Amino acid sequence: MKGNDIMKKIVDLLRENARLTNEQLAVILETTEEEVAKEIKQLEENGTIIGYSAIINEEQLDKNAVTAFIEVKVSPQVECGYDDIAKAIAQYDEVDTVQLMSGSFDLSVTLRGNNLREVALFVNERLATLDGVLSTTTHFILQRYKEKGVNFAADEADERSLVSP
Amino acid sequence: MDYEKLLSDTVQDVKFSGIRKFFDIASTVENVISLSVGEPDFKTPWVIRKEAIRTLEKGKTAYTANSGLLQLRRSLSEYIERKIGLKYDPDHEIIVTVGGSEAIDCAFRALCDPGDEVLIPEPSFVCYAPLVKMAGGVPVIIETKLENNFKLTPDEIREKLTPKTKALVFPYPNNPTGAVMRRDDLEKVAAVIRETDMAVISDEIYGELTYGAERHVSIAEIEGMKERTILINGFSKAFSMTGWRLGYFAAPAPITGQMLKIHQYAIMCSPTVSQFAAVAALTDCDGEVLRMKEEYNARRRFVVKGFNDMGLECFEPEGAFYAFPCIKSTGLTSEEFCKRLLNSKKVAIVPGDAFGASGEGFVRVSYAYSLAHLNTALQRIEEFLKELKN
Repeated sequence: MKGNDIMKKIVDLLRENARLTNEQLAVILETTEEEVAKEIKQLEENGTIIGYSAIINEEQLDKNAVTAFIEVKVSPQVECGYDDIAKAIAQYDEVDTVQLMSGSFDLSVTLRGNNLREVALFVNERLATLDGVLSTTTHFILQRYKEKGVNFAADEADERSLVSP
Repeated sequence: MDYEKLLSDTVQDVKFSGIRKFFDIASTVENVISLSVGEPDFKTPWVIRKEAIRTLEKGKTAYTANSGLLQLRRSLSEYIERKIGLKYDPDHEIIVTVGGSEAIDCAFRALCDPGDEVLIPEPSFVCYAPLVKMAGGVPVIIETKLENNFKLTPDEIREKLTPKTKALVFPYPNNPTGAVMRRDDLEKVAAVIRETDMAVISDEIYGELTYGAERHVSIAEIEGMKERTILINGFSKAFSMTGWRLGYFAAPAPITGQMLKIHQYAIMCSPTVSQFAAVAALTDCDGEVLRMKEEYNARRRFVVKGFNDMGLECFEPEGAFYAFPCIKSTGLTSEEFCKRLLNSKKVAIVPGDAFGASGEGFVRVSYAYSLAHLNTALQRIEEFLKELKN
């Protein structure tokens, strides 16, 4: 396998399970642990891999916790466009993701709160009041079916017989 | 009603396979994670499913020719030539069957007169000996050995030859061991086979799943073998099409001519929708097949290393999607090992002796599962081994 292929495969495997050890990755990819360590270091240093996190079933963790997806319309500023305001929103710890979107609104913001009220307060007091924010539309997530490639639905269960020849 | 008297002695003497027995045990335990399945975990590639839908939409639901759609036999002829370089005439030498299993059954029934012997290397797939018996033949078991990497050796064949020997079953790449016969191994056994008048029933259902630099080589490619080989294959494993029930065999016309009678009277023809879809499989799925094979290969390395690291010696399987680790070091029999693992860690694997007495001391582990699933199962097996030692 060429360097680029290995790098891509490592990313694919870690995207699915970030807890695979270098030793396991080496076995799967038919290469050495040193090679894997080297590739991962490079991926981290060049900013391709920017962190490792667990995929959480929020519902299971805390029944009251809510996740909101907020459409934000902003007025772009001279010279920096949307960057300054996006960065300002990204500063908040409650905010999970901030993305500039094409289409009918500008920024997509997702955030988690311990309850509805917390999210409402955040939007009212901190987000909507930022200079440049024209309007917000808040959507609450009601039910999760798939999260980062992991399907929650039972009908994805293995249809095959338990034991077969 | 005296059912025992009513029913055939031959059939009553045949036992259900050890796999079925183990399935019954495993089914009583809740939340089992299984490594016991002999079929791919991938869905049939979309191109194939789409072709089946199109076939139904067009209402093509009538019988096909007994030997199968001509279009499919032509595609098969090209496919076989592309894969192993052998030419089979689509009109007289290829017949489409209901899975590889039906082809195996037809072969035994076409070859065996009462008392004829069929050599069967074991451990192997569970259907051979029962089908030979039901065809009136006598199964003669050859026990392949770990020290030979479960390959069949010329001496092992020679020892079992008698004037009644009619055929040799050739189950490579092997379920459950993952053993593969490479070209030089084939040359050696072919030298013995050439001196006999027996047929070779080559079950190559896992042929496409051969790992390593060298491609799958069919025994029919070796000098003097094509004229006596019934080459059996199917769509289940390579194309992830188990439920479509589609296989085929290729053999010299005098053999297929007789086998066709059995197929024609018993089956009529294979499912029409499956046959149309299979044409798409042969012509449009090379990329998908390769992708699945690479995925199996990664899992194979992962599982084999896992077992060796936890102290269960696992020989390097080179084909199919099974590992066959040795559990003799635990002092347990295969069945005890599997039952205790099932009860204490809820992991289902199949005792090696379900595939023949020579599988005792081994367990079959299927790696037709995601890496995450395999990882969890391996961790549990490792815990189980630690607890056994304490």
